[in-house]
Amino acid sequence: MAGPIIELQNICMRFERNVIHQDLNLRVDQGEIVSLVGGSGSGKTTVLRQMLGLQRPTSGTVRVFGEDIAHASAQQMQALRQRWGVLFQQGALFSALTAFENVAQPLRELRYLPEDLIRDTVLLKLGMVELSPQDALKMPADLSGGMVKRVALARALALEPELLFLDEPTAGLDPDMSETFVTLIRSLHQELKLTVVMVTHDLDTLLALSSTIAVLADKRVIINAAPAEVIAFDHPFIKDFFLGARGRRALEALDQ
Amino acid sequence: MPNTQNPTLTVDRTDRDSSVTLRASGVWLVQKMAQKKVMRALQRSAQSVKSLPAGSGSKEVHWDLSQIVRLDHIGAQFFWNLWGKTRPPGLTLAPGQESLFERLAQAGTPALPVPPAQRLAALLALGDALLGFFEHIHGFIGLIGQLVLDFGQFARNPARGPWKEVSANIFHIGFQALGITALVGFLIGVVLSYLSAQQLHTFGGDIYLVNILGMSIIRELGPLLAAILVAGRSGSAITAQLGVMRVTEELDAMLVMGLPHGFRLVMPKVIALAIAMPLLVIWTDAIALIGGMTAAQLQLGMSPSYFLQSLPGAVSLPNYWIGLGKGVVFGSLIALVSCHFGLRIKPNTESLGHGTTTSVVSAITVVILADAVFAIVFSGVGY
Repeated sequence: MAGPIIELQNICMRFERNVIHQDLNLRVDQGEIVSLVGGSGSGKTTVLRQMLGLQRPTSGTVRVFGEDIAHASAQQMQALRQRWGVLFQQGALFSALTAFENVAQPLRELRYLPEDLIRDTVLLKLGMVELSPQDALKMPADLSGGMVKRVALARALALEPELLFLDEPTAGLDPDMSETFVTLIRSLHQELKLTVVMVTHDLDTLLALSSTIAVLADKRVIINAAPAEVIAFDHPFIKDFFLGARGRRALEALDQ
Repeated sequence: MPNTQNPTLTVDRTDRDSSVTLRASGVWLVQKMAQKKVMRALQRSAQSVKSLPAGSGSKEVHWDLSQIVRLDHIGAQFFWNLWGKTRPPGLTLAPGQESLFERLAQAGTPALPVPPAQRLAALLALGDALLGFFEHIHGFIGLIGQLVLDFGQFARNPARGPWKEVSANIFHIGFQALGITALVGFLIGVVLSYLSAQQLHTFGGDIYLVNILGMSIIRELGPLLAAILVAGRSGSAITAQLGVMRVTEELDAMLVMGLPHGFRLVMPKVIALAIAMPLLVIWTDAIALIGGMTAAQLQLGMSPSYFLQSLPGAVSLPNYWIGLGKGVVFGSLIALVSCHFGLRIKPNTESLGHGTTTSVVSAITVVILADAVFAIVFSGVGY
């Protein structure tokens, strides 16, 4: 497919008098894993919500799969939503449903899939995120934070999306689980030719996964390029973020 | 466009060597498969595939999946289930499909555990309900006990009391309820006056309208109306607020910072409601009487000045005190019941909805129960 998967053009975003974005441009091509980084309050989550159509920019256009989100019909939006999956920061599992039913929900919503296929698919997805069938019948309230996140990822992957949005995917996971998570995303990316957009603060995840890093600062995307290029870019935020003590440790670990 | 081709599965029989080839083609993505016609056709082919081995004895069966444009895990799972969860011998795959089936093979055949069947389910449910009821009573008594202790602490050191919370609660629960209680009170006054006036007129007892309206509104309807409105309006708000504080862990944060729930959350609400409710009762009484007076003027031609002059004679002073007392008691009960249910909400959405409903229903029930107690205890007072 030619053309970018996501395209943000001249986005301005204002909350009353507070300007969050000014002339923000961002382009995500197929097969990329793009990480959005930026200081707190730089509007990373707002960018993500704009891409999902949850928040409208004050001006500018957002295109996802070539469709202008602001002017798409309800039907077009519905078709779009079946092609993307979203992992929210807190998981956002339906607390009235079991883990199994949470993952089955998007599949049931398609209406015509037979029950045995749904069951096997859900168990496969839960298996992918290393959850056992015993855990499948638990309610979200009985799951640990990491497990909630994994169920939420399984739900985001239920419809085999072409585009995956991850909001702080490894926050609240132990290092071991974060590593599994990174491996999982990488293998899914290869198998399903996923395009991934993620917001993360975790330098290890960032450097291990990203094909490009988009840095939000000064109310716009100052650079969107391969990690090596980004680190070499001269900007105070990038210096602090990547070349601080933590950043250097992560980079060293990556070099070894 | 190859991307729009629906998934198909066809059965080719060659008579020459009596082998069967199953050819799949099209886009095997879940969105394509989940169409009514497509799914039906696929399931029909699946049926005919399942009937193959029995009908064809030892004939060879070949699977050809190389014509598939795109395949996802759900499409692959469809084949896997068709194959009885093992790889069939004669299988041709396109290059990219191998890893999908490897993953399926690795996953094995997981099955959902079956929850053990409950015997005597009805009896257990009854026992649960009973135990739950006693647990509520236990919790409620505990809450009242805590409240008494908190009042003691407040009395010893009034300067350190939660004055801000009390005043904010009086504003939200009392002042902001003036409009709705006035509207409902006025209308009830009009209705009651019309109904009684018609009946009294047939007996020529028009002047007793003041007695009927005065007694019923001041002693009974005013406090009850105000209480029911406040229970619906503020009781639900208190429960939902405490419930959301549980969900967002604010309640836990308060505890670890040394801000006890009883002193900072429950007691201010009880005090606020105990102060605001009697005031609301007076307000509701007054507006309802004005409504009754208006209707009496229109229906019986009874002048408002006559109505006002005969009111003190018709309703003796203890009735006003009983009305105010009811206000204090109902207000405290509503606050206690809604705090009780609010603090018991578990951190999930269902519990929040359930807790709020139960809270309002219980608060109104408790208010009416208390009203009955008042009626019995003060049966000889004020007539």
